[in-house]
Amino acid sequence: MLDHDVKYLRFKSYLNTYCPHCQNSFNVDKKSHKQLEFKAVYEGQPIDLFLSPYLDVFEVEASIPLKKDDVLDDLICPHCNNSLIKKDIQCGECGSHVAYVTITAVSRLIPFFICTKYGCEWHGLTKKDERHIKLKIPRQNMPEQDQTLRVHNHQEVPYGYTSELALLEAGRCLQCKNPQCVTGCPVNVDIPVFVALVADGQFDAAAKKIKERNVFPAICGRVCPQENQCELKCILGVKDDPVAIGRLERFVADYERKMELVKIPMAAKNTGKKIAVIGSGPGGLTVASDMRQLGYSVTVFEALHELGGVLTYGIPEFRLPKSVVQFEIDYLKQLGVRFELNHVIGNIYTIDELLEHFDAVYIGVGAGLPMFMGVEGENLGNVFSANEYLTRMNLMKAYRFPEYDTPMPKGNRVAVIGGGNVAMDCARTAQRTGAQEVTIVYRRSRHELPARIEEVHHAEEEGIRFMLLTSPIRYIGTDSNRVKAMECIRMKLGEPDASGRRRPVPIEGSNFVQDCDMVIIAIGNGPNPVIFSSSPNLKRNKWGYIEYNPETMETSIENVYAGGDIVTGSATVIQAMGAGRIAANAMHAKLQSKK
Amino acid sequence: MAKGTIIRFDLSAPKIAAKAKAGQFVIVRVNETGERIPLTIADKDEFAGTITIIFQIVGKTTALMRSLKEGDLIRDVVGPLGRPAEVENLGTVVMVGGGTGVAILHHVAKAFKEAGNYVISIMGARDRELIILEREMAQISDELVITTDDGSYGQRGFVTDPLKKYLGERYDIKLVYAIGPIIMMKNIVKLTKQHQVKTLVSLNPIMIDGTGMCGGCRVKVNDQTMFCCVDGPDFDGFQVDFDELILRNSLYLKEEKDSLLFSIR
Repeated sequence: MLDHDVKYLRFKSYLNTYCPHCQNSFNVDKKSHKQLEFKAVYEGQPIDLFLSPYLDVFEVEASIPLKKDDVLDDLICPHCNNSLIKKDIQCGECGSHVAYVTITAVSRLIPFFICTKYGCEWHGLTKKDERHIKLKIPRQNMPEQDQTLRVHNHQEVPYGYTSELALLEAGRCLQCKNPQCVTGCPVNVDIPVFVALVADGQFDAAAKKIKERNVFPAICGRVCPQENQCELKCILGVKDDPVAIGRLERFVADYERKMELVKIPMAAKNTGKKIAVIGSGPGGLTVASDMRQLGYSVTVFEALHELGGVLTYGIPEFRLPKSVVQFEIDYLKQLGVRFELNHVIGNIYTIDELLEHFDAVYIGVGAGLPMFMGVEGENLGNVFSANEYLTRMNLMKAYRFPEYDTPMPKGNRVAVIGGGNVAMDCARTAQRTGAQEVTIVYRRSRHELPARIEEVHHAEEEGIRFMLLTSPIRYIGTDSNRVKAMECIRMKLGEPDASGRRRPVPIEGSNFVQDCDMVIIAIGNGPNPVIFSSSPNLKRNKWGYIEYNPETMETSIENVYAGGDIVTGSATVIQAMGAGRIAANAMHAKLQSKK
Repeated sequence: MAKGTIIRFDLSAPKIAAKAKAGQFVIVRVNETGERIPLTIADKDEFAGTITIIFQIVGKTTALMRSLKEGDLIRDVVGPLGRPAEVENLGTVVMVGGGTGVAILHHVAKAFKEAGNYVISIMGARDRELIILEREMAQISDELVITTDDGSYGQRGFVTDPLKKYLGERYDIKLVYAIGPIIMMKNIVKLTKQHQVKTLVSLNPIMIDGTGMCGGCRVKVNDQTMFCCVDGPDFDGFQVDFDELILRNSLYLKEEKDSLLFSIR
């Protein structure tokens, strides 16, 4: 019941307790739990209004019988005796100076918005009360596809917020003076401001606000691990659930896109300088967008036949629809960014050659070399790297085989090795291709699963089994050399290692054999050697990633910048974007001073 | 070219032509729904900006390519990929090619010849119809031997027969470079191992992206997993696990057939 009422709180409270002219609300003294008396004018006669201000129950009584939709001539604040109606503004509808009060016997509504315009303290709720009220609203869930139906299609699982849900969720934000959420965001989106704009119904303005810092909110709203970033820092999260910042971000970005409110910004005056971006993943696209808007001419080189990098080949359709990615890329094209497909830098051009034609180069090639465990039988048929599996499915659209020519790897009993987001993506994709049983095999416990909680939750809903504290030690093949089973060993958690997570230790003699006819290995990626083979002077750190200056993202070669997974190892979309932003700023500063 | 099943294309790809070296390959995607297939660059013409690819019709994509006419466009061509063959002046080298492998062999043999080597070429095919690039090979080889399985042209037998003869007679052979069906390369390596002659083989496993991203092309070399597209395609023949490669390459035969049937329907 309460949920239902709370949902429409803003609209109903508007009817109940707002002046339609100034949109200020009346306030009530909740602590006393006494009826409050308002002076009002009705048809030229002064009347009294009573509001009984229980937190959940807000009653309005009048000294003369008022009917629903009766119109008051005036309404006066009982404390400061100011009119709550601005006399000099007439109602656009009726032309009179009126307040509008609906009379309901009991409505379970809370006066919510705050009147401070008249300088009367009493008009406003105290900060504490406001908090108290806001804390009562639960975190809103996103509507999503039914779990039994969705395993049979590849469409996106969550539908996203409706505007009602978004208003309500945004209303939960306490608007902290010292917002921690902003510090948790790798690109420092001004979160409280955008959430306030959402709460105010200005969805378009909210989207524009995010775009000041983050070029692709529709993508980040879907794939960012908010629970480890902005939402982790949210004060509400200490005792309760944090504000669903990611869902709001997604909502406003989708709103802006669907309502066709996206505007192509004017690029600054052409500087005559040229930038090359290697890789069209999230980091590269961020650099391209930033530099283009600063007036540089930007060319993006992509090795594959489609743009978007991991957003296209890696993240499945049901988590990030390709139409969203395509929209953002079209946006960049309209901005004037040039894209060159099928260009493997390192082979077709070396970095030195690029520097002859471009003033600066950004390397955002990601970490694309899949790792294997080096156990026996790993090269058997139907043992895939997560990259191969996802590339086949997403980039080559193998799930539409034979309409598309790339064959789809199929299995009835699928084992996915690893516990990250990629593992979840693989498992859920396999489930959608009709596998009878999909198992995630992870060597640590549930607590250490690196995947987003939301993804783990989705995977479990879809019927994916979790085999935790287990690690494969051997794959067993059939006569035709396809995998038919794997031998696993149970693990226990030992002392914490360098990453702070407890190290898994095998339990002697706990081996067992598990049947499986397809294995997907999703244990991470290393740096791709192609770019290095042609640029020996590009310095690398001991893990093989590019060495860089963290303040400017510049590498050991002057005017060559790098960011994202190729400098940090496998990380997230937003971290790559953050690195791209730093590099773009540094590039701009340097190129500007060179004039 | 030989009639019917082996086809030669000259693709206009000036950027690739400017960079391509012997032994490198390109990945081709014919149309929007197509798969990505690796094809080795058989020759290039920097001035005309073209690269040559030669392929045999084995599946849907190659069949589709056959239907293309001069002036048609191919959706995507990406390259040059893979490491170029390490060409140096060694003295005497033997180049062995089987089937369409000769197409690739030609490019590499040419490079070895230009580096000043004495080039002995052995090319084999199932029958006369499948012999390709004979004239071109003759031009760049100091000695050329042709074998066919059925004896319809050249010597009857397999490429290993003349190779065995050469290895037995000449002790100055420094390198054997082999490319063709995996089973042929396997047998060549068996032979050269007996004579302890360094052997390079050019592998052509199943590939998707060709840039080291998917790991679909992994081969076991010296008990380590290597990615053919970025670590290869040339490997030390003594260390390659050919049996595994044969099995890996036959994984999609059924799907290949389904795909063809679908396109016919």
